[in-house]
Amino acid sequence: MAPDTAVTSWTPDQPIVKITDLHKSFGEFEVLSGIDMSVMKGDVVCIIGPSGSGKSTLLRCVNALVDIQKGSILVEGQEINTPGLDKLALRRKVGMVFQQYNLFPHKTALQNVMMAPVMVLKQDKAEVEDRARKLLAKVRLVGKEDAYPGELSGGQQQRVAIARSLAMGPDLMLFDEVTAALDPETVKEVLVTIRELAEDNMTCMLVTHEMGFAREVGDHVYFTDQGRIIEHGPPSDFFTSAKDPRTREFLSQIL
Amino acid sequence: MSGPVTKGTDLPVLLPAAHKLAATAAAERLTGPVPRPTLRLGLLLFAIFVFSIGLAHAQAVPDEAETPLDALWRWMPVLLEGFVFNIAISFIAMMMGTVVGTLLGLGQISLMPAVRGSSWFVTQFFRNAPWLVLLFLVMLLVPFEFRFGNTVIPFPGWIKATIGLALPVMANVSEIVRGAINSVPSGQWESSESLAFSRRQTIFSIILPQCYKRMIPPWMNLYAILTMATVLASIVGVDEMMTQTRRALAAEGGATQLLVPFYSFVLICFFVYCYPIARLTIRLERRFAVKL
Ligand SMILES: Nc1ncnc2c1ncn2[C@@H]1O[C@H](COP(=O)(O)OP(=O)(O)OP(=O)(O)O)[C@@H](O)[C@H]1O
Ligand SMILES: [Mg+2]
Repeated sequence: MAPDTAVTSWTPDQPIVKITDLHKSFGEFEVLSGIDMSVMKGDVVCIIGPSGSGKSTLLRCVNALVDIQKGSILVEGQEINTPGLDKLALRRKVGMVFQQYNLFPHKTALQNVMMAPVMVLKQDKAEVEDRARKLLAKVRLVGKEDAYPGELSGGQQQRVAIARSLAMGPDLMLFDEVTAALDPETVKEVLVTIRELAEDNMTCMLVTHEMGFAREVGDHVYFTDQGRIIEHGPPSDFFTSAKDPRTREFLSQIL
Repeated sequence: MSGPVTKGTDLPVLLPAAHKLAATAAAERLTGPVPRPTLRLGLLLFAIFVFSIGLAHAQAVPDEAETPLDALWRWMPVLLEGFVFNIAISFIAMMMGTVVGTLLGLGQISLMPAVRGSSWFVTQFFRNAPWLVLLFLVMLLVPFEFRFGNTVIPFPGWIKATIGLALPVMANVSEIVRGAINSVPSGQWESSESLAFSRRQTIFSIILPQCYKRMIPPWMNLYAILTMATVLASIVGVDEMMTQTRRALAAEGGATQLLVPFYSFVLICFFVYCYPIARLTIRLERRFAVKL
């Protein structure tokens, strides 16, 4: 299925994510039709595009939440489009944060952060708790450790969700419109958190409609439409001199 | 049955009733459920009972010394003993049905097609079968004792009846479990998968803990239905309350004036036991509806 992918030793100077000719369909309907993309370690990649263009699906392919019909995705040199893929091993390296937070409602903020390291990585509970408290402090949630998700605002919940992903110690973070469900005031506090992550050299792939954020923090911007990448480049070029009419139209609508 | 009523109706005839409902609802929000409906229903039942006794009195031969009430009083220990048997059968059948039904419900969401398919089939089969027929089949098919070498495990009729009643309970619990699991938003599955939880961990640590609340009201409802169905065991000859009542009536020489009081008493026993369960179910449903 994936012949030329016997990359055994990955080094950080190679792309941490390398996507080649990726095709993804739901039944008859092709959602992604030939995506190529490569992400270097420490990069912040922003993916923009109209609704239904396949942005979420692209991110889901990267941590194998959905399977791929054709093409290749290498994460740290490891092929994802292969039948014997160890999905759990992959997901330990790749964190994902969702638009709807998806916190576990029956657990406190602290427990939400601690659960996966304790249950999945079998790490020592006391040590995990220590780290979880530090992570919650890092996303500015000191004092909210024992609050249940239902008692937190949207922005606070989203920051818990980010801390929860970080607790697994991922090498790569995927953000799928994580600020889309928030009101403008709380968008900022979540973006600040992601910006700090980027400054700590975390590799991030974000689907976002926050153009200001993409311009300031992004290293590379991709514009997708109907399952293809129409145009991409560093934000300085992308936002000022987009060539494709579809990109220009999209930007004129959103800016 | 509170708020929407006032908004929902524009028929003038219904408005007074709607206002009344809204007022009751408002009062309940302040003080918790008003006990009045319970009281009223209880009184109604009691009235039927008293009326039936009166009727029996009127029918009674004048010079007979004993009134129907006296006869009922004399037989009450026997009848109540039968009732305790009903409750015992309902408990055991519920326990068996819940344990097996939960496994079956989990089987219905299995990733293995064979397990999923057969769990689905068993569930649907027993859910769409008349309880009485299942009861008869179990009575006929299960032997009255099992032999393992020298040890003999007896299978008296009431245990067979309990198994017969546990079967539809099992199928209904299976559906309750499957429905509750399906009602958990898919985002919960996605986020736990993306945190590298295995499927088993996801189900037992993330999904099921969120299901208990949703499962308890329908599960209690099922229990109330099962309790009332335990009288079916009388048809297959188990010494539960209905059987005892029939025996008592036969011992009294089939006196017709005793029929209504005796069966009314059976009704009252079941009502007193099941009605609080129904109330509690409604209350839990409401409380969870607000929270979720
Ligand atoms: N599980 C699924 N089954 C079938 N079709 C799906 C599924 N998930 C997504 N799709 C379809 O794939 C297309 C792309 O969806 P996707 O969620 O990736 O778009 P998107 O770019 O993230 O859009 P948005 O900005 O609205 O989130 C849509 O047409 C959608 O209907
Ligand atoms: Mg999306």
